[in-house]
Amino acid sequence: MKPKRKRLTFVIIGLGLLAAAAALVLTAFEENIVFFHSPTDVKEKDIGADRRIRLGGLVEEGSVKKTAGGKTVEFVITDLNETIPVVYAGLLPDLFREGQGVVAEGLVKNGVFQADEVLAKHDENYMPPEVADALKESGQWQHVEEKLKASGQTAEGYTKKDPGK
Amino acid sequence: MIVEIGHFALILALVVSLVQGTVPLVGAHRNDAAWMALGRPAAIVQFLLIALSFAALTHAYVTSDFSVLNVARNSHSAKPLIYKISGVWANHEGSMMLWVLILAAFGSAVAIFGQNLPPSLRARTLAIQAFITLAFLLFILFTSNPFERILPAPVDGRGLNPLLQDPGLALHPPFLYLGYVGLSIVFSFAIAALIEGRVDAAWARWVRPWTLAAWIFLTAGIGLGSWWAYYELGWGGWWYWDPVENASFMPWLAATALLHSSIVVEKRDTLKGWTVFLAIVAFSLSLLGTFLVRSGVLTSVHAFATDPARGVFILVLLLVAIGGSFALFAWRGPSLSATGLFVPVSREGALLLNNLLLTTASAVVLLGTLYPLFLDAMDGGKVSVGPPFFNAVFIPIMTPLFAALAVGPFLAWKRGDLPGALARLRLAFGLSVAAALATWYVAADGPVMAVLGMGLAAWLVIGAIVETASRINLFKATIGESLRRLRRIPRATWGMTIAHFGLGILIAGVTGSSAWKVESIQTMMPGQTIDVSGYEFRFEGASRAQGPNYTATRGRFVVSQGGERVAVLKPEKRVYPVEGQPTTEAAIKTTFMGDIYAVIGDAEGNQGGYVTRLYFNPLVPWIWAGILIMVVGGLFSLSDRRLRVGAPSRREAPAQKVRAQKVRT
Repeated sequence: MKPKRKRLTFVIIGLGLLAAAAALVLTAFEENIVFFHSPTDVKEKDIGADRRIRLGGLVEEGSVKKTAGGKTVEFVITDLNETIPVVYAGLLPDLFREGQGVVAEGLVKNGVFQADEVLAKHDENYMPPEVADALKESGQWQHVEEKLKASGQTAEGYTKKDPGK
Repeated sequence: MIVEIGHFALILALVVSLVQGTVPLVGAHRNDAAWMALGRPAAIVQFLLIALSFAALTHAYVTSDFSVLNVARNSHSAKPLIYKISGVWANHEGSMMLWVLILAAFGSAVAIFGQNLPPSLRARTLAIQAFITLAFLLFILFTSNPFERILPAPVDGRGLNPLLQDPGLALHPPFLYLGYVGLSIVFSFAIAALIEGRVDAAWARWVRPWTLAAWIFLTAGIGLGSWWAYYELGWGGWWYWDPVENASFMPWLAATALLHSSIVVEKRDTLKGWTVFLAIVAFSLSLLGTFLVRSGVLTSVHAFATDPARGVFILVLLLVAIGGSFALFAWRGPSLSATGLFVPVSREGALLLNNLLLTTASAVVLLGTLYPLFLDAMDGGKVSVGPPFFNAVFIPIMTPLFAALAVGPFLAWKRGDLPGALARLRLAFGLSVAAALATWYVAADGPVMAVLGMGLAAWLVIGAIVETASRINLFKATIGESLRRLRRIPRATWGMTIAHFGLGILIAGVTGSSAWKVESIQTMMPGQTIDVSGYEFRFEGASRAQGPNYTATRGRFVVSQGGERVAVLKPEKRVYPVEGQPTTEAAIKTTFMGDIYAVIGDAEGNQGGYVTRLYFNPLVPWIWAGILIMVVGGLFSLSDRRLRVGAPSRREAPAQKVRAQKVRT
């Protein structure tokens, strides 16, 4: 083979690989992307029961109940406009708290969110940005911010108050 | 006072880096030996100044000087000493200090060990390195100053996120940064070569040890981070395709590709432009990783704080560095003509395949990582791209790579004999099929992919052994002859074989742990027994325990198998009162075939019941062993005599040396 033709062969092989990778990525995207929704979104839009989503908001105060001998947890996620009940079988992350931000992943079935994953926050003072945005959208952000401020937190994840308190 | 000295030293380092960035560069352009020579002392002085500055910050942490805002925010007097020290880099400002410290350390290492580099190449490399340092010093001084004071000083600090108070996490950032930042020197070498317009075998050899060192650190750093996530986060997994994990994995993939392509430059004097391109890409991905992690666009344990000014600064830095270097590459790259011939079925052909697959893998990981940010920026909704996506695209790309990997070392340079190579691998192939069939037989209810995974793992492990056996003519020559050949195998070859062997072990571990993990979540009363994968976990209740800066609920499980006691596990749930944050400490008993893993949760009812999470994680220790073996392989390769003695002269290419001097004079 002449060098030029050889180079062409390599280019063709390379492009072939690229095309295969692109096809792979596109099908994987189609099947595996998980959209984030707020409780208001879930109430307004009709989300199929076979579509995995992430649901985010605040854990409603006093809503956490353990059932089935501690195996299953039920709680309510709210964006302070709408609420969605959540059922989750598994151990909650360490930083799961009533009144704080949470993101859960799973399916909506008959108005109840069947979560198979509740995402851990890594830091006490951290509000997941998706949740902060969802709350801003629901027009309830100021209330949350005031509350956070009262407890020495900000949405940006670190407090401005004097250390040591 | 010491803090101010540290701050001042950092400003001085900035000035020195400005000098180091300009004078040697101009000197190299004008061929002025004295100006070029300035690069070396400047690099060393710059390192000493940054080291002094870093030491000053560390001193503030160790002595708990809470008049320093950074210390007050991230430390506490009741913290054990080791976490006071590791606390230095467990926050945004301090971690950037570590970043520049390592950046300057690599620069001064080139200044000290690069004695035999041509003066112009060394001058340019050090100058580029200085510009990178300059950018990061500006970033620190203007947006993330760790020496800022707070008055009046608080009585005590706010403490460190307890998740980070862990030996694994004390080591993870330094190693990862040594890897990330180690790629900076390779980048500097590449840019210097582009400016000079010359890339040859000698260049490839000079760059190789730095690439190898960066790769070793990056491998170890990623491994440590993954290990930490496995035992500290208590969810029984070790890799989540989290954007921040991907941020470290993409440079690793690119560095691995670079490591292989630079061999082709060295041996065959071809793929030069591609290798320089990879060097730029690898460091660009490191910078991108830093941006993703530091700008706070991602939700993660690594996003210490979000400050738009920082994000914008790093974004600009990213655009200048990547845009500038690619523009330079587009301008100068075409002049890097190859002299070697290129035949598809040959060692260099196999290495090219390796490169194509690794860069494709790197590209899809990049796509999956950035897609949510992109979509959000376009107002296309908020999405997350998680493990299902990455598994779906990554495995099909890696499978042909692993399949070809065992064959590559059997192909000769220039013109390989594929049927011959395959014939020599007949035994390995047979045994791998047997391993796959055995897997299928033992775990018929498991996923089909697991059968393929175990087959590939066996293929690599046995392939590596067969390769060494055929290198020493085992069973064909006399024992004495074989031993003599064994001794004469170069360290670099050992390095390759060991690393490939380690990869096989790693694949086995990954396959086993994802295919056959057994998990059981329940409330257990004291005295209750639960069977997990043939292990009987008997819960004996929980008690209170006191640590240096935390209190813990400590559970006690007696694990037995067939009536015989295997282990006593004591998982903890800790509460750190200073930070007001709980952490989960999993208890793990490692056996050859897997980890017995227990986590204790909250109390349930008032009769001593607790929520517990019990796992059997098969082959997880193989993951850590595989990574360790790969690191050892890297170290073997790094210790090769060729890299220390023969390398730094352009003797290998006499004709080009003459040409080079002509160009320079």
